[in-house]
Amino acid sequence: MLDGTIICGMDRAQETVSSACGCDLMSDVLAFTRSGSVLLTGLTNPQVIRTAEMLDLKGIVFVRDKRPDEHTVRMAQSLGLVLILSPHPLYESCGKLYKAGLEGCREREESDSMRV
Amino acid sequence: MHFVFEVQGGDFNKAGDASSKVKKILQQIGSDSAVVRRVAVACYEAEMNVVIHAHHAFVTLDADINQVMIVVEDEGPGIEDIEMAMTPGFSTAPDYVREMGFGAGMGLPNMKNCSSQMEITSRRGVGTTVRMVFDNA
Repeated sequence: MLDGTIICGMDRAQETVSSACGCDLMSDVLAFTRSGSVLLTGLTNPQVIRTAEMLDLKGIVFVRDKRPDEHTVRMAQSLGLVLILSPHPLYESCGKLYKAGLEGCREREESDSMRV
Repeated sequence: MHFVFEVQGGDFNKAGDASSKVKKILQQIGSDSAVVRRVAVACYEAEMNVVIHAHHAFVTLDADINQVMIVVEDEGPGIEDIEMAMTPGFSTAPDYVREMGFGAGMGLPNMKNCSSQMEITSRRGVGTTVRMVFDNA
């Protein structure tokens, strides 16, 4: 769907996610992203992996084919995260997933509370 | 249960190590996952503040059946105006920190939202201590 390349966590790539967040501000990600989500971002530094760790995210999509360095990939490997490179910019990568039905974190929260 | 971790200012490669250890300990003792998440997020924001602004800090974790307490005590420049620092969007972080996705002025507000109680004491030129309590219930 993203024409992406998986660079880490191939064995977990078939797992299902039910929400996503597209953001370059890690404090916003820390404040609003649900556990088990996937993060789309244009940043490739180790703090992105740490942020994903704190929130128990399932994976990270790095947009515009930006590639994290080896140290960052090794960190992700040790945490069991799936890393994907998307050739598309952030807006378009998010749009493709949203169009395919992947909800945002807030929408997901609302639909969960409606079920209750 | 009592643990102490050291954090070095300016060491962005290790930023998050202490929070990662705190999170693992809480998971191992079987803390509720929502509490673990709140502690991990707040502790990580506090640790990033140390790495960005301070020289050195100790992060202390105390946990019992009722609550988790995190104290981050740093040696550093201190906070000039705590009320101002608590304002969402206010930041004194340099541009290279913003390029890492931090320094947007949401760290302290995030920490306050995650914790049940938060107290900050600071002396200019000496350092800052942040004490956060997380109720287990």
